[in-house]
Amino acid sequence: MKVKLLIMVVMMLALSSFCFAQDNATEAGTEDTDTTAVVESIILPAPPGNLTGIDKPNDHGHAAILSWDLSPDDGAGENSVLKYEIYKWVPQLMLDINLVRDSLSVIQRILRNTTSGITEGTQADSMKIVFEKYSRDELFDIRNTLIAHVKQENTGLAEASNSYPENGAWLFVDKKPSGTKSFVHIGSKDFKSAGFVPDFANLYYRVDAVTIDGAKSSSKVLGPIQTSGQWYNTYRTPVVFSVLFFTLLTIYFVREARKGADLYVRPLGGIEAVDDAIGRATEMGRPILYVLGLGSAADIATIASFTILGRVAKKVAEYQTELLVPTYDPIVMTVAQEVVKSAYLDAGRPDAYKEDTVHFVTQSQFAYVAAVNGIMLRELPATNVYMGKFFAESLILAETGALAGSIQISGTDEIAQIPFFIVACDYTLIGEELYAASAYLGKEPVLLGSLKAQDYAKAAIILLAVIGVVLAQFEFGAAFVNLFEVAN
Amino acid sequence: MEFTDFLWMTCGIFLTLATFSFLYKDNPFYKFAEHLVVGVSAGFFVIILWHNTLVPNLFQKLEDGDWYMLWLNSSEWWYIIPALLGVLMWTRFSKEYSWVSRWPMGLYIGISTGIAIPLEMANRVNKQLHAMMVEIDWANFFGADGFDLLSTTSGLAQLIIFLGTVAGLIYFFFSKEHKGVFGGVAKFGIWILMIGFGASFGYTVMARVSLFINRMQDTKAWGLEAFNANDIANPNYGSQYQIVFWALTLFVVGYIVKEIMQHLKSKNA
Repeated sequence: MKVKLLIMVVMMLALSSFCFAQDNATEAGTEDTDTTAVVESIILPAPPGNLTGIDKPNDHGHAAILSWDLSPDDGAGENSVLKYEIYKWVPQLMLDINLVRDSLSVIQRILRNTTSGITEGTQADSMKIVFEKYSRDELFDIRNTLIAHVKQENTGLAEASNSYPENGAWLFVDKKPSGTKSFVHIGSKDFKSAGFVPDFANLYYRVDAVTIDGAKSSSKVLGPIQTSGQWYNTYRTPVVFSVLFFTLLTIYFVREARKGADLYVRPLGGIEAVDDAIGRATEMGRPILYVLGLGSAADIATIASFTILGRVAKKVAEYQTELLVPTYDPIVMTVAQEVVKSAYLDAGRPDAYKEDTVHFVTQSQFAYVAAVNGIMLRELPATNVYMGKFFAESLILAETGALAGSIQISGTDEIAQIPFFIVACDYTLIGEELYAASAYLGKEPVLLGSLKAQDYAKAAIILLAVIGVVLAQFEFGAAFVNLFEVAN
Repeated sequence: MEFTDFLWMTCGIFLTLATFSFLYKDNPFYKFAEHLVVGVSAGFFVIILWHNTLVPNLFQKLEDGDWYMLWLNSSEWWYIIPALLGVLMWTRFSKEYSWVSRWPMGLYIGISTGIAIPLEMANRVNKQLHAMMVEIDWANFFGADGFDLLSTTSGLAQLIIFLGTVAGLIYFFFSKEHKGVFGGVAKFGIWILMIGFGASFGYTVMARVSLFINRMQDTKAWGLEAFNANDIANPNYGSQYQIVFWALTLFVVGYIVKEIMQHLKSKNA
């Protein structure tokens, strides 16, 4: 089995060097020569000093932060340092695995290319050589064998790293211009990738100062250090507190609403108009067109729109008017069907519900717009409601609706699209008003409670912002401001 | 240009004109263009979903398993779970079991919301709040060169951004009626918003006009290509290029004349 694997690896490597010579030219390579063996006439730069390294905090692992003192010849002294080269020591086992990974990469590229066809005269064309030898199924088998091999061998990397400095080689990682004092080595977490950096394995690094002549001096070797992932990202602590604060506010106000507390919500023009618009459609004997936008079912604007759709559908069922809901996303269609069906049930008219009230059109933006425009001009709906996430199609939809003489009510949290709705619609819910509308219409304790919580959260934000701006004018205020910093 | 390429270009021009004809009124050409684009895009997306979603994210992940083991012996067998959830969506075809399709939907929305909440909180609340807390540049309050009201980095600009943000937030306060001082601040907030919307509107309309110009340039290029005007030494007069050009032109002009006649007729009647 091993012999077969080796033969295959050699064959694939030969092919990869033929096919992807250009790609590999700039890739990482090993450097196992003695760095002090340079041309005698060239003066070596002073090496960088005090190389230190730590595991990169607040990440999923596989990354380390290195820092060093500049070489005395960087910007001073001989001023000859052009760049710094970062090297990592890897055990022989890693180099062996990398050979298999290279073969795996070639196999995967061959398989990928065959799905879209091979063009004559291209690099991929030369892959035909492989096909003359192996069938597609055999190539899949080879690929799976290689993956299993890499996976199994990776488990021995941590132990193999303990053999430093024996049985290994220095691998080039990256280069940085002179003046650079730190480097974040972000390795891959994918064990199939050549850039894979195993967690909890000893890592050794060195940094070389390199001159324009190629003379280089190495720093002292750093190591061993280990990388690992963290469950909790401390950079995001402010987010945790914000979510907790908001959650507590929501729980409090939902409980208040359930107890029957009178939670005032100011009237919203656009929403007040919904009932009138449905009445108008009924009087005119024309349908109501409800457009949920181009968002997915997970977008907050679409979720808010579902609530409003439920309310509209209930009224439509009561008034026995026709409702048209053309959708862009299949999941949105499914959820919308459930919402409308439930609304008809709540209105006591489940028999009036038609399956094709909510229907799928297409997932191409402008094809969808063309279809909805066609509906507007042929069905002549009395009312068009646009609620959800909209993009470049907003003005096209709203203008066509205006042309057809429909009453139009819109709402979106896409800031760039709000202007178009404002100019072409009769009523527009701006940004957060869309979320508020769903609560205002539903009058359900959960929604009303969350709306109240939002308001109090906004009040807190305004208060904190004012305090923050005042304190930011003084040096001691920086500590307060930094409390709200969120890093990635 | 090869004649086949020219024919494809003619198709593009025809579809452009058919779409623009919507500005006049709904008509058979617009309907044709509409149905063509909807049908083609629907078919296209089925193929895209198959090749870009199902093949790499499901089939290729389970390739090393065997069908008679239900791919449970695959190295990444857990991809069977989303596949099963996807299959559950098909229960919607059954009236009796359609309720099962709510499980994958619930899971999808639940996971997406769970991911969205901390992201939205970080990007739209925490980062914005932190960005508001700036040290006002009092030294260059009216701009770096003494007086530059259009400077975006002056202390005045910083102050306007801060006050505008606070006023905007107050506009979106729903628990209190917009009256008195509170109403005044909210009004200032909506003014700030409207100024922003106006700028955004103008900017986007300019971008749309450039799209229109692009289509007109294509139409012009099509006309020039029909007469091989770019290569005067080798004119195409009388060739099949002009036949196509004149056929489309006459078709469009004929339709316009027909519409005018119809309009006049109905007016006289």
